Amino acid sequence: MKNVRIILAGIIFGIIMVKSEAVSWFRIQEMFHFQSFHMYGIICTAVVVGAILLQVVKRMKLNNLDGNPISVPQRPKMYKAAIFGGITFGIGWAFTGACPGPLFVNLGAGYSVMIVPILAAVLGAFIHGLVKKRLPH
Amino acid sequence: MTEFLFEPWPWYFSGILLGILVPLMLWLGSSFGVSGNLDSICGILGAQRFSDHFNFEIKDRLPSLIFVLGSIIGGFLAANFLTAEGYSVAISSATIEVLNSFGISNSQGLQPTELFNWSFLGTPQGLILLVLGGFLVGFGARWAGGCTSGHSITGMSSLQLPSLVATVGFFIGGLIATHLLMPLIFGL
Repeated sequence: MKNVRIILAGIIFGIIMVKSEAVSWFRIQEMFHFQSFHMYGIICTAVVVGAILLQVVKRMKLNNLDGNPISVPQRPKMYKAAIFGGITFGIGWAFTGACPGPLFVNLGAGYSVMIVPILAAVLGAFIHGLVKKRLPH
Repeated sequence: MTEFLFEPWPWYFSGILLGILVPLMLWLGSSFGVSGNLDSICGILGAQRFSDHFNFEIKDRLPSLIFVLGSIIGGFLAANFLTAEGYSVAISSATIEVLNSFGISNSQGLQPTELFNWSFLGTPQGLILLVLGGFLVGFGARWAGGCTSGHSITGMSSLQLPSLVATVGFFIGGLIATHLLMPLIFGL
């Protein structure tokens, strides 16, 4: 049952990403050229709505469906990794016009060639796993 | 109402729905973030033989992988049943001008037909944008500890400083690529 709910959430996510055009290479180019508010609007609205709802969840001390208290996974305070990894990721984001979510959503949307950047991203994650101890973090 | 489904959704509507996904995924016993799945796929393929970074229980990562599977299905459904015939992305005319100078048009569909096809892969531009680009997405996201979903949306809405730093990094990288590298790449 849990898996059914999660796959439904994934389906909804995929639909939102296509209908918002956030999976479009065009929209990512437009965003990095500062020529439209569209992508900034999506990200900022999502952050504000997410922040408000997380506060509500926190105050109501809600449990998740597994019966455990809801808590947000805490990111390690590795600021060098965040900035250098972030810059590396950002270059790839502009090139492919897709972050990891949209890579998969675009594959479903019929762009079969997306399997290539997906495999390249898996390879990237693998190489990162091999060399991570030698990277600034 | 049905017309609304077929038109592109406005940014505020899409943003609200994405924001709801953050607590929804936590409530479902998972967390909204995609790039960790790249590590999970490495683990499934046996990467733990090469680095203990991939020593994790696949079982724990199953919900997130199922979410990604759902997103592929969602992409299929939206593109095939919720998109009008002959639709093109209404980007600003200034952006169209820039892209035209690279030989890219936005005649039809979500993606430029000039770039997202198998024959483009055989060009230097195709290798850089799709292969190197994909590699940098995976390497960079795992180095940063998350991507746009895990850091920019989940991390920032829970007010985590590393996520803000990573998001600043995403934009520095994207601006370098767009303004310095792309003109060079398309000039090859």
